[in-house]
Amino acid sequence: MKRLEDEFAIETATEQYVTRRQFAKFLVLTSLGMFVGNLWILVKSWFRRPIAYPEQVVAGVGEIGVGEVKLFAYPEPADACIMIRTAPDQVVAYSQKCTHLSCAVYFEKKADRLECPCHEGYFSVADGSVMQGPPPRALPRIILRREGDQVIATGVRL
Amino acid sequence: MNQQGGTTAIDGAMALIAILLIVQMWLLTATLEGFLGGHDEGNFPAALISGIIFAACAGLFVFIRRIDATVRTTR
Repeated sequence: MKRLEDEFAIETATEQYVTRRQFAKFLVLTSLGMFVGNLWILVKSWFRRPIAYPEQVVAGVGEIGVGEVKLFAYPEPADACIMIRTAPDQVVAYSQKCTHLSCAVYFEKKADRLECPCHEGYFSVADGSVMQGPPPRALPRIILRREGDQVIATGVRL
Repeated sequence: MNQQGGTTAIDGAMALIAILLIVQMWLLTATLEGFLGGHDEGNFPAALISGIIFAACAGLFVFIRRIDATVRTTR
C-alpha cells in the first residue's frame, strides 16, 4: 500500500522555497511594471486636453465681509471650494480638498491661513501654497472674475 | 568561479537591483505627483531614466543567470 508521503513527495517547505533566481526575476518584473507606469504617465500627459471649465456665479461682491468665507462647489457639485474675502476689493478661492488626503480645509482667520484639521497642513491664503505639514502641493486655485457686482468662477489652476 | 564566489556575486547583484528598484519607485511616485499637480515637464526624463533603470535591472538579471549557470557547470 502506497503512503501519502510517497505519492506527494514534495514537502511544503520545499514547495514554498524561493530561489535567488526566482526572486531576482520577481524584482525585474516589478521594475518593468514601474517603467510601464512611467510610460503610462508620459502618454497620458501627451494626450491631456485642457479642460473647458464652465462659468459660474459664486457670490455677490458685498455678500461676504472682509475675513469671511463662502463655501461653494465648482466645477462639479462634488468639488467643494472655499472663497475668502481678504480685502475690501479682493477675493480668492481654492479647492477645499487638502492635497494630502482630501480632508476639507478651513480658513483660520487669526493665523490668516487655510488649515487642514487632519494632519495640520497649512496653506497660504495669498496663493494656496503649502506653509507646513504633509500636503505635497498647493491647493488648486479657482480663477475668479468680477463682473458688475458678481464674482464669477471661470476655471481652476492646478 | 567557485560556489562561494558565485553566491557573493549573485547577492551583490540582487542588492544592486533592490537599490535601483527603490530609486525607480521614488521616481514613479514623484512623476505621478507632478502629473496630478499639472506639471508635465518632468515626465519624459522620468520615463527615460525609469527605462534605463529597468534595462540595468534586466542586465543584472542576465548577469545572475550567467553566474548561476557557470557555477553549476563548474561544480
